[in-house]
Amino acid sequence: MFDHASTAVEAALGTGAVYADARYLEARSEAIGVFNGSVQQLDRTESAGVGVRALVGSSWGFFGTHDLSSDGLRSAGRRAVEIARASAAVPGDPFELADIAVTEAEYETPHEEPLFDVPLSEKVDLLVAVTSVMQEVDEISLANASIGGWDTHKWFVSSQGHRIHQHLVETGAGFSATAVGEDETQVRSYPQSFGQYETGGFEVVRRWDFLANAPRIADEAAALLSAPQCPEGEMTLILEASQLALQIHESVGHAIELDRILGWEAAFAGTSHLELPRLGEHRYGSDLMNITADATLHGALGTFGFDDEGTPAQRVPIVDQGTWVGVLSGRDSAAVAGLSPGGMVRADGYARLPMVRMTNVGLLPGDSSLEEMVAETKRGVFMSTNRSWSIDDRRLNFQFGCEVGREIKNGVLGQMVKNPTYTGITPQFWGQLDMLAGQTEWVHWGTPNCGKGQPMQVAHTGHSASPGRFAEVRVGVTG
Amino acid sequence: MNPASHTAQRLIELVGDRAQAEASVQTGRIELTRFANSFIHQNVGEDYVKVRLRVASEGRVAAVTGNHASEVALAQLVDDALTVAATQPVDPDWPGVAPSKDLSATDFSDPSTVSATPGQRAEVVSDFVGAGGDYLAAGYCDTDWLDDGFANSAGHRAASRGSRATIDGIHRTGESAGMGHQTSAALADLNGAAIGSLAADRARRGLGAFDLKPGGYEVVLGPEAVATTAFFLGFYGLNGKAHQEGQSFAELGATQFDDQITLTDDPQGEGALATGFDVEGTQKVHRNLINGGVTKMLVHDRRSAAKAGEKSTGHGWANSASFGPVATHLVVAPGSDSVDDLIAAVDRGVYVASFNYCRILDPKTQVVTGLTRNGTFMIENGEITGAVTNLRFTQSFLKAWESGNVLGVADDLRYADCEFGAGFVRAPSMHLASWNFTGGAGG
Repeated sequence: MFDHASTAVEAALGTGAVYADARYLEARSEAIGVFNGSVQQLDRTESAGVGVRALVGSSWGFFGTHDLSSDGLRSAGRRAVEIARASAAVPGDPFELADIAVTEAEYETPHEEPLFDVPLSEKVDLLVAVTSVMQEVDEISLANASIGGWDTHKWFVSSQGHRIHQHLVETGAGFSATAVGEDETQVRSYPQSFGQYETGGFEVVRRWDFLANAPRIADEAAALLSAPQCPEGEMTLILEASQLALQIHESVGHAIELDRILGWEAAFAGTSHLELPRLGEHRYGSDLMNITADATLHGALGTFGFDDEGTPAQRVPIVDQGTWVGVLSGRDSAAVAGLSPGGMVRADGYARLPMVRMTNVGLLPGDSSLEEMVAETKRGVFMSTNRSWSIDDRRLNFQFGCEVGREIKNGVLGQMVKNPTYTGITPQFWGQLDMLAGQTEWVHWGTPNCGKGQPMQVAHTGHSASPGRFAEVRVGVTG
Repeated sequence: MNPASHTAQRLIELVGDRAQAEASVQTGRIELTRFANSFIHQNVGEDYVKVRLRVASEGRVAAVTGNHASEVALAQLVDDALTVAATQPVDPDWPGVAPSKDLSATDFSDPSTVSATPGQRAEVVSDFVGAGGDYLAAGYCDTDWLDDGFANSAGHRAASRGSRATIDGIHRTGESAGMGHQTSAALADLNGAAIGSLAADRARRGLGAFDLKPGGYEVVLGPEAVATTAFFLGFYGLNGKAHQEGQSFAELGATQFDDQITLTDDPQGEGALATGFDVEGTQKVHRNLINGGVTKMLVHDRRSAAKAGEKSTGHGWANSASFGPVATHLVVAPGSDSVDDLIAAVDRGVYVASFNYCRILDPKTQVVTGLTRNGTFMIENGEITGAVTNLRFTQSFLKAWESGNVLGVADDLRYADCEFGAGFVRAPSMHLASWNFTGGAGG
């Protein structure tokens, strides 16, 4: 299988590339969606192809093809060079790729029960049962449940001598109940709003015990219809762990992408409020804030053996006791910035250009607990499960909406409130982190839908988090 | 017959009489030249085949997709689809495949765009970059063409070819940015220098921006911001499935908007991009979604149409079983005023070129939060008097277009980037009485 990639690389070198690499991918995916007890989505996808990247001078060209004939592969390599030459019409500064070890290696995601080996009937039966349980609650008009996964083989070859085969296995599932009122809709999801996806097989789905949680989720969605609105004002905010995971993703994970910091994403995804000269000095948050980008975590969604440039997976400190100390990088961006490449470059399939993506950007656990945080809060709101997210192009000003809130008064969790939202400015918000739950409440949350790049690419990223408490946050923003 | 049609027909032949079946095949090439810091940093291309086969065997439905059109690959796809379908419970809402209808092959493409070279795209980029002088330019120029083929077991066949080209970018100073956008079926229509000049002018005028106190302001929205508003109303509200589920704001026959608001989906009209039929083979038809402020129609795929007792309007897509049918050829009807007329009518307000990162809080009320980006200006006494730093808003898009809030619609109708891709919405600028800004992007 390395031959497909090698043929494309050799063609690129033969037409003038100073460096070339290629990935041959064989990928399978499955998506099952059940709506009110009926299967409405049952999609299986299989794809195979080669993506080849060529460097001519300091200009890149990339081409992807499904044509696996020798002619097709050679043509793809030549086309990548032709595109790179066109790039030189509007050239940038010269650079050389940062060095990495040349590796021949194999990697496979640890997994027990491949999703594709589990009978379809078992998966469908589970989803139908979950939606049926939720539909027993009168107010629930829409009960959705889904299971999905990806099984990907990658063969990577570079002109420097890399030959790496990886077999990556990712699986997840989720469900939601929607209650429709006269002038509003309310939704509750489990385990989180995008489902919970991890590296591993169907054992991931079994671990979350869907059937046991379905009645509670349906009851909560129904109760939200008659719940009071979230209070407005500045008060203590406690975030449930999956919401804190998305907060990390949006206000830390994207901001530390080196391509954004360098301005390479300025027109679309945006830039960053972080400035490289302040690396090692900039105050990102309170002393409780310790963030790592760790592509080696067992079971986390952003775990792999090597990135799509052949750089080994690694654990990189990002924020150390509140101080910004690291970035997400690849071979070209690291070289431009004078840093070591972090092994964070990945592509969405064979036909997309590898680019800087999050691995598992997570907040290390503290020493408190959710129970303790609530007990030590005089007035505040506890918010769970993301419903909406928005942040500006420098990753500074954010506004999140959650599915459900609970008022906290004098250390006691009180009534449910609906439409909870909060807003803030990234460094101030993280500076207000004053309590953080510990290891027993720490979960490797997965984000299977991170969009970036043009053409659009969707990445699967991980964000470990436990519940956290933030002082004096503006909550209850309304339209 | 194009290769995509041939592949679709071959799939139906391979299924034979074992099931109802529909096959949708796209073949094409997309190439995109991306630039940042005033140089081309990412330049990519892809030849693709997308094959989708949906079968229904005694009401048991499954869909499979692949990216190869060889005889072996197609046979495997058929076997997979039939095997998976056989394990499924009966789908009570399966609407069946589209009946046979004589659809002539359509060609919306521009031949020179189909054969565009990386060098031609680089020329457009060079013109855009050069228009900004010392400013830092970023954005993309892409060309995209596809052959679309469809066949089903009822004998229905359809074929079309389309193309699209876009230049979209910003110029940045150290403290401001301005955007420009142009989309057409033909690369030759793109004027990189003119779009780059517009972006650079906005960036220049954005210097010295000040923080505006949050609150309700009169606004003039540029075509990009109006396009985003229209896309949200269409995606979440004028969607047959969402309406049936009670998640839509739409009340058919009710006056829900200002009488200056007319919104159509016009997939076959002059200047329309992309294909003439949907993933179920149904011809896309013109829809008067909102007419003079009255909500008139929704869009349907076969599933939502069957539930509504109507015919499909040709708005199915690969995920419409989950998300519902979606209008992707929206046109916000223009008015007769110029943009300068709209600005001249504002005593004190804000001009917004485009929105960023908009997310819906509740589909029924259409409350959306997002930010302004790449061109936010203060209007005083009918003139733009300075730049404003980016603002966050939390605003019901339904209320934005309600009766009395629409003070004027301009005549500058064009394709505008709606934040979810190019080529979905044509929109003009619009003058609104109030828009709810809830914070400054800088804090």
